[in-house]
Amino acid sequence: MALAQHEVVRAQTEANRPLEYDEDGQRHILGFWLFLATDLVLFACLFATYQVLVTHTDGGPVLSELFELGGVTAETILLLTSSFTGGLAIYEMRRGNLRGLIGWLVFTVMLGLAFIGIEVYEFVTFVGEGATMQRSAALSAFFTLVGTHGLHVSFGILWMISVIVQLLRFGIQPVTARKAFIAGLYWHFLDVVWVFVFSAVYLMGVLG
Amino acid sequence: MSLWPTEPMVQASLVAIILVSIGIIFTLTYFKKWGWLWREWITTVDHKKIGIMYLICALLMLFRGGVDALLMRIQLAFPDLQFLDAQHYNEIFTTHGTIMILFMAMPFLFAMFNIVVPLQIGARDVAFPYLNAVSFWLFFFGALLFNISFVLGGAPDAGWVNYPPLSELTFSPGPGIDYYLLSLQISGIGSIATGINFLVTILKMRAPGMSMMRMPMFSWSVLASCIVIIFAFPALTAALALLSLDRIVGTHFFTMLHGGNPMMYMNLFWIWGHPEVYIVILPAYGVFSEVVSTFSKKRLFGYKSMVASLLLISVASYLVWVHHFFTMGSSAGVNSFFAVASMAIAIPTGVKVFNWLFTMFRGRIRLSLPMLWMLAFIPTFALGGATGVMLAVAPADYQFHNSYFLIAHFHQVLIGGVVYGMLAGLYYWWPKMFGFQLVEKLGKWAFWLFNIGFYVCFMPQYALGLMGMTRRMYEYPSGMGWNGLNQVSTVGAFIMGIGFLLIVAQILYSIRHGKRDTTGDPWNGRTLEWSLPSPVPHYNFVRIPEVKGRDAWWMMKQEKGDEATSTPSSSIQPIHMPNSSGLPFLMSLAFFVAGFGLVFHQFALAAVGGIGIGICLFLRSLEQDEGYMLSPKEIRRIESAQGRL
Ligand code: HEM
Ligand SMILES: [Cu+2]
Repeated sequence: MALAQHEVVRAQTEANRPLEYDEDGQRHILGFWLFLATDLVLFACLFATYQVLVTHTDGGPVLSELFELGGVTAETILLLTSSFTGGLAIYEMRRGNLRGLIGWLVFTVMLGLAFIGIEVYEFVTFVGEGATMQRSAALSAFFTLVGTHGLHVSFGILWMISVIVQLLRFGIQPVTARKAFIAGLYWHFLDVVWVFVFSAVYLMGVLG
Repeated sequence: MSLWPTEPMVQASLVAIILVSIGIIFTLTYFKKWGWLWREWITTVDHKKIGIMYLICALLMLFRGGVDALLMRIQLAFPDLQFLDAQHYNEIFTTHGTIMILFMAMPFLFAMFNIVVPLQIGARDVAFPYLNAVSFWLFFFGALLFNISFVLGGAPDAGWVNYPPLSELTFSPGPGIDYYLLSLQISGIGSIATGINFLVTILKMRAPGMSMMRMPMFSWSVLASCIVIIFAFPALTAALALLSLDRIVGTHFFTMLHGGNPMMYMNLFWIWGHPEVYIVILPAYGVFSEVVSTFSKKRLFGYKSMVASLLLISVASYLVWVHHFFTMGSSAGVNSFFAVASMAIAIPTGVKVFNWLFTMFRGRIRLSLPMLWMLAFIPTFALGGATGVMLAVAPADYQFHNSYFLIAHFHQVLIGGVVYGMLAGLYYWWPKMFGFQLVEKLGKWAFWLFNIGFYVCFMPQYALGLMGMTRRMYEYPSGMGWNGLNQVSTVGAFIMGIGFLLIVAQILYSIRHGKRDTTGDPWNGRTLEWSLPSPVPHYNFVRIPEVKGRDAWWMMKQEKGDEATSTPSSSIQPIHMPNSSGLPFLMSLAFFVAGFGLVFHQFALAAVGGIGIGICLFLRSLEQDEGYMLSPKEIRRIESAQGRL
């Protein structure tokens, strides 16, 4: 039972809270925040491992010499923009505008795909220069940290596609609104993690 | 590589496993129980049934871990014994430790979480019933993967902490370590989900009027434990994943070559590992708090300080991990910090012990089985804590570390704390789960044997440790002066084994002869679970209760007397219930397939499992699962069958 635009808005104002925050939604959203906390700890462990091992190059390629800031800056811009468009999608959802919601989600997915494309290209270049994951502890840590983030982003893309499919089938109603909102949270979270990857790995690598 | 084992002991286990499996399959087919198994258990999302399944697994794993323990104790009973060879001894102490912590203690706790928490807080289920089933089946298949290792390819043999570089491919080429890594990873995902699930349940699903400070202490302890799970388990996930990458992909996180650093593993492991011991002990504190107040017929003394110390311990548990490797060469400053932090944990723990004692003071004490285990816990745990503080003295730990003194310490806190706690909980909530009571007499025998056996087994080990016997040695020469104490210790282990068997006997005997619990409140309890009939109907509460204070059920009984249990028939409303689902089982099965493939580096098989997981996730995501409504007529039927209308 999809809700029409004005119904969405009315349901929201009557309950004095957004559609995705019905009783079930509140539980799911809190649960998802807790999941993000666990994911954050996971990333913290990978960051710590990276910091410990980054100098352990075993005479092989040195990360700071491999980095090309051009590609990475493009990645950063893409991901930050996609976080913004993801936010716009939720904004449209709250206005009950299904087409706007789906449109911005599709746009977000495209930006995500571009991000992954550049990352894969970077990895392939590194491997071509002999900087493989198996070469040294520093490279193992680098590929694992950045790759884990990349895998999260790829998963996020698949997830958003699944949400888009559901929105097309069921329209905006409490369950799909909740799913879109939570997928959005996940996406913003990955953006925040990326800011740390960008500064702690790439910027500090090049500067330090 | 042929999978058929060559060694007699392994062959015997394999034959036993095959026979038991055939027996189970035959029985299920003969009594036409497959459909029942699928409908009532495998696809269930009912927290009480999930709890019972956890409980059965925990008891089975306690048995397997116990057999491992007895095998080790036989080997150590006499010097130079050739009962087990070095390799088997290594495998057995590894599986013993891993099983006891991850596949016995954890599911035992989760059994209690599941069975008790929703009932105590006046909820109809947990926050995410479907996810709860996923957690259980991930645990189940993780445990299965771990347990088949002994007969299929070889069990892990690098200790329950699985330190590299020993656990790296160079030094442990077989599949054993991969079994360890993947099975822990799979069940660990389930544990994280359980942590999230119960935290949300407690925060969001309490009955109206039950403010946080009116919540029963067991639920508080679960809350604290879940917070620790949420912030500690991801470190284990990371440690296991990185070591798996080393072994499967060929990276160099913890290797000796190419810049790897094994210390990084130890840090990650214990950043999870120390909080883990608090994950398992906090709920035991919760059980003891419930038991002591019910069986002293008094309110819990010092409720607020109990809550504060639970929360303090859960925070402090993150600040002590280095005490597991004082000897690995950190600076004196680092060691001092972690030494003092470790000792400080004894303070909130002491607060709790005094609160329990003051609860008993001038109480009307009944020495039923749960209370007996509670009483045995206090001195045992106090001594274990004291030796913990001794170990936390960093310079002294250079002497104690990895000796039998350490072994005695952690068995004293884990058995005296966690196992006693879970047994107390088992006895306490048994009637609630199954609708009958366990006969006391056999239980008292079991209690005394287990307790005496415990002291006979572990006290000598403190002495052996001080005399220089190190852990994980599979044989020792005569003439070290260790013979007598080792023999005594083995005798103690067997006495505990008999104690365990008596508990099993007690359960089996009580199934026929136990007293039916017709009141739902056999102990004159104080919290909401005792307001319900035993066993509890699947929707738990006909009407969600209104809570007016701490010990809500006690207050209702004071106020309404005999009327407290009955429901006016007219007030019954339809109840919304979640649907059963086969997906959690199937998805976890896919995890198992993927894990098994990775253990043997069969990537095609692993990919099949991975795709299976993906399909299950996608199917679930597209499913519009709105649950179903239970009609008032049906509810009335069930309630009147329980004599509640
Ligand atoms: C005040 C309380 C406690 C203190 C100060 C303490 C201190 C310590 C220290 C310093 C060690 C390491 C010793 C070494 O490796 O040389 C240790 C090991 C251990 N403790 Fe405790 N402990 C306390 C309570 C507990 C509790 C409550 C549990 C579990 C419920 C526990 C379980 C363990 C385990 C499992 C190990 C050994 C792990 C291994 O090496 O395999 N401890 N404890
Ligand atoms: Cu510790």
